[in-house]
Amino acid sequence: MTPKQLCAHVKKQLKKSVLDCTVDKDECVLTVKRADIFHALHVLRDDPDCFFRQLIDITAVDWPARMPDRFDVVYHLLSLRHNHRIRVKVMTDDATPVSSATELFQSAHWAEREVYDLYGVTFEGNPDLRRILTDYGFEGHPLRKDFPLTGYQEVRWDSEKMAVVYEPVQLQQDFRVFDFESPWEAMTDVQLPGDEKAVKPKVGTIDYRTEAKEAMKQIGNK
Amino acid sequence: MTQTIYQPSTLQPDETIITDEEHIKPYTLNFGPQHPAAHGVLRLILEMSGETVERADPHVGLLHRGTEKLIEYKTYTQALPYFDRLDYVAPMNQEHAFALAIEKLLGITAPERAQYIRVLFCELGRILNHILNITTYALDVGAITPSLWGFEEREKGMEFYERVCGARLHANYFRPGGVRYDMPVGLAEDMWEWSENFPKFIDDLETLLTNNRIFKQRTVDIGVVEKDDAINWGFTGPMLRASGVPWDLRKSQPYEVYDKMDFDVPVGKTGDCYARYLVRVEEMKQSLRIIRQTLNEMPGGPVLVDDYKVAPPPRMEMKQSMEALIHHFKLYTEGFHVPAGETYTAVEAPKGEFGVYLISDGSNKPYKCHIRAPGFYHLAALDFMSRGHMLADTVAIIGSMDVVFGEIDR
Repeated sequence: MTPKQLCAHVKKQLKKSVLDCTVDKDECVLTVKRADIFHALHVLRDDPDCFFRQLIDITAVDWPARMPDRFDVVYHLLSLRHNHRIRVKVMTDDATPVSSATELFQSAHWAEREVYDLYGVTFEGNPDLRRILTDYGFEGHPLRKDFPLTGYQEVRWDSEKMAVVYEPVQLQQDFRVFDFESPWEAMTDVQLPGDEKAVKPKVGTIDYRTEAKEAMKQIGNK
Repeated sequence: MTQTIYQPSTLQPDETIITDEEHIKPYTLNFGPQHPAAHGVLRLILEMSGETVERADPHVGLLHRGTEKLIEYKTYTQALPYFDRLDYVAPMNQEHAFALAIEKLLGITAPERAQYIRVLFCELGRILNHILNITTYALDVGAITPSLWGFEEREKGMEFYERVCGARLHANYFRPGGVRYDMPVGLAEDMWEWSENFPKFIDDLETLLTNNRIFKQRTVDIGVVEKDDAINWGFTGPMLRASGVPWDLRKSQPYEVYDKMDFDVPVGKTGDCYARYLVRVEEMKQSLRIIRQTLNEMPGGPVLVDDYKVAPPPRMEMKQSMEALIHHFKLYTEGFHVPAGETYTAVEAPKGEFGVYLISDGSNKPYKCHIRAPGFYHLAALDFMSRGHMLADTVAIIGSMDVVFGEIDR
């Protein structure tokens, strides 16, 4: 079954739950309604033509500009029998829980804990939704786009107190974001004094090397 | 095959001797995070009834470095070395997944010679990983000699790493569009010579372990995982194959030149710790077969795409060509822009399916890069695998899982 056929099949099976189903770079991407995610995963797991018995991964993506449903929760499923993959997406905000997939896939347990920890998306029905990767007592959800790279807390060993102490982050140097974007590529069409001497690269080609060599030959011949 | 959970009969208290009041109350045991058998910084909270594990709660994240967050702030070129630091036992296999993901978004393919070199070093990485796992696993269950011999052999493989990229561990060798340098003169010959002697080492290793009575007593029927459970828990790689599922991404979803390679996929029958050991030993032999094939069939030609928007120009050319110099400067400051889109690309890393879910917004930095680490899902099953086992068996199970915290904690 090609990804396109799979896409059509899934659309037929899930009918109204599907918001969108596309094939992008040979990868089948399915978007379903938030309320129907459990149903969708269940069908994908048990339908004989899908048979996605393995939940490979769950993650989330933060799109802060897309309020209020700023998060995509992304499931990656794999079918060992049919050798195909599917990516299932569901949109949610930071308050509404998503149905947990732990009843269908054991691997969902830790994956959901990770998404909760790093993005703050909650899952309804997960038996033990604790933080997993961050520190004990950590506050915030680090992979959200509005969480700073440097974080809020830093730790150090205090030899007087003989303990590890938590303090607000104090940077020795300002946090720098380098802007390397330049009009360099856009400048190619601007005629500056002396440009008429240059070999103009053909638009869309990247092989400057041979042209440059030929130009150098010509200069050498003169 | 029926599931045989190891239940030591000695733990059932003899009611004629011990009364109820004298029963040992369930207690909690803290294992790690600084414990040699924890294979890194694993903190394990074990609820014990006597010597029997009733519940295991792994606390991970003690090595969390925020790799995925850091990658969002780096250009694609700068993000690549982070992949060496995930599973630092087989660094190039991780780089491979990231390089393939970028290539997929860019729509480029590495030249054929680069693909052969990648396969060659991925398989070398697999051997290095399995040597480390098998020998330290043996160390966990009481055998010291294999690790002493294994590390010597491992060092030879690390030297090949060093000769090709200059670093023993943090290679930063696979780049989008190929590999950074061509193999130096003489390396292929030396690797060929090594590949002729290496089977002797595997034989020696097997002499020490495969029929070793103590090793078998510690591993046979320990941590049995049935086929369906292995699939349901998201197992991949040797963990899945040891449970009897013939699944290998190199065969089922081949990438690079794996479809041209002739090799077998070993599958275990019993799904216990011993089967996982056997699968890894056989995988080393198969990897060696692939290594010999790549060395024999490796074509000549470039090792990096001839596109200066992605790959740097040769050093010599930069001395003579302004265009090349500008390309080099832009490539190492701004980096290259990747067309907007997303992909999930996975490779068969030594530990299982290592996947990269990469989203690009068209800029020079990834919008999101999620890393799917196989060990994370294996460790999640530790509770399920160690229930009803003795404390010492938990150590054997962790050893057989092949966990490395660089990739689990990310």
